[in-house]
Amino acid sequence: MIVADRLTKFYGERPAIQDLSFTIEKGQVVGLLGLNGAGKSTALRILSCLLLPTSGRVTIDGDDVVTRAHEIRRRVGYLPEVPPLYPEMTVQGYLTFVARLKGLSAKSAAERVAEVLGAMSIADVAADPIGTLSLGYRQRVGLAQAIVHRPALLILDEPILGLDPVQIVDMRQRIRALRGEHTILISSHILSEISQTCDRIFVLHQGKIVAQGTEDELSARFASQARVVVEARMSEAELTKAVGTVAGATVRSTKAGAEGTVEVVVESERDVREELSRAIVGAGGGLMCLRPAEVELESIFVKLTRAREAA
Amino acid sequence: MTKVLLIARRELGAYLRSPAGYIIASLMLLLDGILFYLDPFRLGRGALGRGAKLSSDVLEGFFFNASGVTMLACVLFSMRLLAEERQTGTIVLLYTSPVSEREVVLGKYLSALALFAVMTLLTVYMPALIFVNGKVSIGHILSGYLGLLLLGSATLSIGLFASSLTRIQVLAAILATAMVALMLLLWVIGQATDEPFSEVLASLALHNRRFLPFQKGIVEVANVGYYLAVSYVFLLATSKVLESRRWR
Repeated sequence: MIVADRLTKFYGERPAIQDLSFTIEKGQVVGLLGLNGAGKSTALRILSCLLLPTSGRVTIDGDDVVTRAHEIRRRVGYLPEVPPLYPEMTVQGYLTFVARLKGLSAKSAAERVAEVLGAMSIADVAADPIGTLSLGYRQRVGLAQAIVHRPALLILDEPILGLDPVQIVDMRQRIRALRGEHTILISSHILSEISQTCDRIFVLHQGKIVAQGTEDELSARFASQARVVVEARMSEAELTKAVGTVAGATVRSTKAGAEGTVEVVVESERDVREELSRAIVGAGGGLMCLRPAEVELESIFVKLTRAREAA
Repeated sequence: MTKVLLIARRELGAYLRSPAGYIIASLMLLLDGILFYLDPFRLGRGALGRGAKLSSDVLEGFFFNASGVTMLACVLFSMRLLAEERQTGTIVLLYTSPVSEREVVLGKYLSALALFAVMTLLTVYMPALIFVNGKVSIGHILSGYLGLLLLGSATLSIGLFASSLTRIQVLAAILATAMVALMLLLWVIGQATDEPFSEVLASLALHNRRFLPFQKGIVEVANVGYYLAVSYVFLLATSKVLESRRWR
C-alpha cells in the first residue's frame, strides 16, 4: 500500500508538486492524469526513489522512500518516459543485467528473462542489439526491464509516448495483462489511455490533485448540468422546436441517427426527461430513445483545469 | 561486490562494443610506440638514434613518456563513464536499482582501470626489448609499471569525477584535463611560494615528485599511498555527486 502525506517537491523556487496526499491500495491500477508540467513525472520519480521530496512523506508498504530507498528499489519496477536501454547490449543480455542488478540470482534471472521475453513477445529479437530495434520493440524491452524482477509496484511514466496507433493498442493490452500481478501507477496526458486502463484516476494540475476517483465517479461529480441524449423519428427542426417548449432545456448538438432518426443532446439545470418525452410525443414525433448522456473524461479534464486557472 | 562486478562487466562490454574504446586504446599504444622509438622531445632517451645510451636511461625515458600517454588515455577512457549514462537517461536504471552510489562508482572505475591495465601491459614488449638487449632489472620494469598503474588509477578517478559533473562527454574530458593539469602544475606553483607551502604543494602534485621515483625503479610507500589517496578522494567525491542528484 502506498501512502503519501503532503508530498511536496520544489525545483529551485518553483513547486513541481505541492501537498499531494493520497492512498493507493495493493493491486490497484491508478492513473495520474495531467497536462505537461502538472507534476506527474515528479511524483512518480519520488515514488521510484529517484528523487527526494522537499517535504512531506511517502511510504510503500510501510517503508519510507527517503530512509528505506534501498529496500524499496527491490520492490519497484520503473519505466521512465525514455526507456533506460543500452543500445550496444543484446535484449537478452540487457534483461539479464537488469535482473541481476535488481537482486535476482543467476539462475532465477535466466528463468525470469525467458518468461518476460515470451510475455512481451520479444523472444524473436532476444539476440539483437537494442540499438537496432524499432520504437515499439524498445518500449516493450523497457516494460520487460521494469517487470523482470517481479516488482510489487510498477511505475510507468507515459508508457505510450511516441508510439503509433497499433503499438499503442498493443502496449495498452500488455499493461492490462499485468493487472493483478502488480500495483500499477501510470502517468499520461492522454485521457483515453488512463480511462481504459485504470481503476482510479488522480487528476493533477499545477502540482496539485484537483480530482480523484473512478471515471464514473468523476463523471457524476462534474456533471453539474443534466445532459440527455434524445433520438426521435421527426425532422431536426421539429425536434428542436419540441425541445424548446420545455423550460430550461437547450439543444447542444444535433446529428443524424440510425434509420432516418435525429439525435440531439439536450442540456438543462434539472432533470427534464419526462417533460421532453411528453413534448416530443405531443409534437407527433416517434420517440426512439431517451437516456442520460455520458460525461466524457476529456470534458471533465478541460473543465477541471479551466476552473483552476480561472480561480 | 557482485553488483560492482556486474556494473564493471557491463562497462567493459560497452568499451569493447564501441569504436571509441578501440580508438583510444590504439592511440595510446601508437603514442607509446612513437615516443619509445623516436624520442620526439629530444630527451636523449629514445630507443633508436645515434649515440650510446644507458639501458636504464632508455627505460626511464619510456616510463616518463608513457606517464604522459597514461594521463591522456585515462582522461579519454573516463569521460564517458557517467556523462554518457546521464545523456542517454540510462543512469535512471542505476538510480532505481538496489545499488548504492559507491557500488556504481566502483564498478565504473574498475572497468576503466581493467581496460587501462590491459592496454598498459600491451606495451611490455618495449621494456622487454631493453631487458633483452641491455642491462636493466626486472624490478625497475615492475616499479615503472606499478607507477603507471597508480598514476592511471588517480587520473581515472579524477576523470570519473569530472564525468559525474556533466552530461556532455567532451566537457567532461575538458574538465578532467583542467583538473589533471592543475594537479600537475602544483609543483611549479610550489616553486613560486615559500616554505611550508612549497613543500605541501610539491607533495600534492600528481607527477613530478611522486612519479619520478617509480620511473627510476624506486618504490616508496608514501608515493603509493599518495596515488591511492587521490584515487579514493575523487571516487568518494564522485559518489557524493551522485547522491546529491536525488536532491535536485
